Amino acid sequence: MTLTSPSSSAPLATRPPRSSRLGGWRPGAAALPLTAMVVALLVACPLGFVALEAGQSGWDATRQLLGRPMVLTLLGHTAALTAVVTAASLVLGFGAAWLVERTDLPLRRTFTVLAAMPLAIPEFVHGYCWVSLMPSVQGLWGASLVMVSSLYPLVFLPVAAVLRRSDAGAAEVARSLGHGRLSVLWRVTLPQCRPALAGGALLVALYLLGEYGAFAMLRYTTFATAIFTEFETAFDMTSASVLALVLIALALLIVLLQAWVVRQRGRVVRERTSGRPAAPIPLGRTKPLALLAMTALVGTAVGVPVYALGYWLVKGSSTTLPSASIWSLTLTTLGYALGAAAVATAAAIPVALYAWRRETRLARAVEQTVYLTRALPGIAVALAVVFFAIRYAQPLYQQAPLLVAGYVALFFPLALTAVRSSLAQVPHAVEDVARSLGTRPLAVLARVTVPLILPGLGAAFAMVGLTASTELTATLLLRPTGTDTLATQFWTYTTGLAWGAAAPYAAVMTALSVPAVLLLTRRTLGDSRTHTTREAGR
Amino acid sequence: MFGGVRSMKRSAVSMAAISLAGACALSLSACGSSGTSVASSGGSGGSLAGQTITVYSGQHEQTMGKLVQDFTARTGVKVQLRSGDEAELANQLLVEGSASPADVYVAENPPALTTLENKGLLAKVTASTLAAVPAGDSSAQGDWVGLSAREAAFVYNTGKVTAAQAPTAIKDLASAAWKGRLGIAPSETDFSPVVSLMIKQQGVAATKTWLQALKDNAKVYGSNEDLVAAVNRGDVAGGVIDHYYWYRLRDEQGASGVHSTMSYFAKGDPGALVDVSGAGVLASSKHQAAAQAFLAYLVSKPAQQIIATSESYEYPLLAGVTDTRLSRPLDQSGPIASPAELGDGKQALQLMQSVGLLS
Repeated sequence: MTLTSPSSSAPLATRPPRSSRLGGWRPGAAALPLTAMVVALLVACPLGFVALEAGQSGWDATRQLLGRPMVLTLLGHTAALTAVVTAASLVLGFGAAWLVERTDLPLRRTFTVLAAMPLAIPEFVHGYCWVSLMPSVQGLWGASLVMVSSLYPLVFLPVAAVLRRSDAGAAEVARSLGHGRLSVLWRVTLPQCRPALAGGALLVALYLLGEYGAFAMLRYTTFATAIFTEFETAFDMTSASVLALVLIALALLIVLLQAWVVRQRGRVVRERTSGRPAAPIPLGRTKPLALLAMTALVGTAVGVPVYALGYWLVKGSSTTLPSASIWSLTLTTLGYALGAAAVATAAAIPVALYAWRRETRLARAVEQTVYLTRALPGIAVALAVVFFAIRYAQPLYQQAPLLVAGYVALFFPLALTAVRSSLAQVPHAVEDVARSLGTRPLAVLARVTVPLILPGLGAAFAMVGLTASTELTATLLLRPTGTDTLATQFWTYTTGLAWGAAAPYAAVMTALSVPAVLLLTRRTLGDSRTHTTREAGR
Repeated sequence: MFGGVRSMKRSAVSMAAISLAGACALSLSACGSSGTSVASSGGSGGSLAGQTITVYSGQHEQTMGKLVQDFTARTGVKVQLRSGDEAELANQLLVEGSASPADVYVAENPPALTTLENKGLLAKVTASTLAAVPAGDSSAQGDWVGLSAREAAFVYNTGKVTAAQAPTAIKDLASAAWKGRLGIAPSETDFSPVVSLMIKQQGVAATKTWLQALKDNAKVYGSNEDLVAAVNRGDVAGGVIDHYYWYRLRDEQGASGVHSTMSYFAKGDPGALVDVSGAGVLASSKHQAAAQAFLAYLVSKPAQQIIATSESYEYPLLAGVTDTRLSRPLDQSGPIASPAELGDGKQALQLMQSVGLLS
């Protein structure tokens, strides 16, 4: 390897990635950090709003608020739930992704779609379905069951994207050195997935901090319950914001912990850009067991909600054939969700690239800041968007772009995680080589980097799109007046207890996930095709 | 409900057809021109016709939709209806402040309106509108007007409680007989008024003791919808709700699915709370006349008739509108709790928080 990049004379193989910028300042060099910081600043707006509001609270009032006996109990509930659900989501998300991507499990394609589907079932549907079918699903374990079955796809999708693109080489080398399958899984596959696992765990944990609705249904109180009380029963935004700051502090702890875990051991990166897919691992005698486990997972996470929806369609007196307007609502919902998915994914690229190329403290801080917003309850984020829009973007207020902006603020971390964990697999030298051959930076991005992280971009797009299509709180506050989405219409009926009339809307929301996930798996069909031909060739 | 949309259209057409006389019976502030504006509901007649107002509504969406459609047919004023959760909409209005695009806010319970009133965000309601409903049903300062009423009730599972066992005083729910069999939804905006009334009648100390006992006895639910469904399933034997939740449940479950019924607390008991839903005009509204006309319409006979017969199952407030969908008339219930009595509900909230019923 004697290639050197024009900006530096250090040999490529030994150079840390950031030094490619040290050889001389070019006007383009500031563009990436600036773009990343602008994106981060916009996404972090809600943090500013919460801080502003909380700042109006006096010291005594704050002490009284945080000194209430319930506060500690609720923090305990939140911590317990976060620990249980995050751990379980990691195990289930990784296990499912490994089974569908790496083994000869039958019906892998179908299982991939089904396993991602819970993301498209709104959490209030999850909660309601469980409660109406099994009223005993309550408390910590009930809440954990319901949250795991709705959140594990946040681990599953990024891990599956990584496994699909990762190179077989490392595993083959390990096997040739005498490592058994389990040892390879533990020493090679898991480390390869560590950024994706850590990212997914981060999303799950942050989501749990701010979630309220589903827990209310399961009669489990968390710290977010206290925030909700201040907003919705006391109309006290200042107190709500003080409490939200506590959540942000918790989120900061989790974000730092995640960064520490990711840094613990060296990255496993590919040496080459063209990942050669591994041959599927034969499950052999464990195949029925694996099949059973997969079926149990999707049966629990998808089967229960679908069954409950079907039950209401049949039994509810308000059931009627949905009017033609359900299709226009579907289109509206799709429009907003796809818009949010595209914007969030595109905006995640500069932030992820910045953090990946420059491993500086500043770059890390920028990346970590945007995650904090995810811990805020939806109502706080939505009110923050209201606050800034009505002051600085009045013409856009309650217009479609603002709703999309709200979704992006809420779900940006989902996109960032997926893009970031994909990038973590790309060798840093790749860009330098391309640039040394005279390709301009943007062309390098378009022709080299982006193609390498396409599965990550796909996962980002799908995760944001699916989650946004079921969002309710921010939608109610930010949508254009007179516009409905599937989620708002579903909510309208359920608050009137008209479950039969509501069910078709939840069904359409869930069905929308099928094309989204199919598209996601199709993006990388090239790889799976290689699988098939290789298998056929044996 | 899709049948509902169709019938809504039908009723709007027939309403428009019969409406000349009806419209003049309205105490529209634009009454001088209301006759002509109705006659040419396309919009060229009255000074208000053709204007557009934005209504933030936390009320039952289908009922509100019917009211808005009828109002537009009568006056030519177009309405952009923004339906949502009453508390979230109130927060939104607080954040929007004077830049709010809203002209009218319709709430489900007084505390949301009282909060906006205290922040100076509401304009005075036209005197004739306030005069249409009993004085005690609206804001004492005249910043918002009462439109309809709902009543707290005790819903019980008929397999677990007999009519004779149903409580007549809400205080009795603190007795050991209800341990583990009771459900409440204290985070609902409907529950804190009961506590406020209890404080008024029994004092803070007694109310606190009662709340503590209630906490020991009751399973806490996140919403009245969850609670009424849980009682109907038999997860708990009974619970305190607003009456209309049970009616809506009854409609959805059909005769074979209903395993519950309601009883009422004795007149004068804090549990026999009758609570109003009201509406106000935003002080920042640029369409004050049209917004006031909408409020005037909401307390008029046709509107009150729509409220009385809609699936929101609320009591109309206008005298002479006889209700056909509720099993007992409003005058059998206790007097309507005056908004002044209920205040912004802060004291009740703090008390519930101090015993751990609310987070």
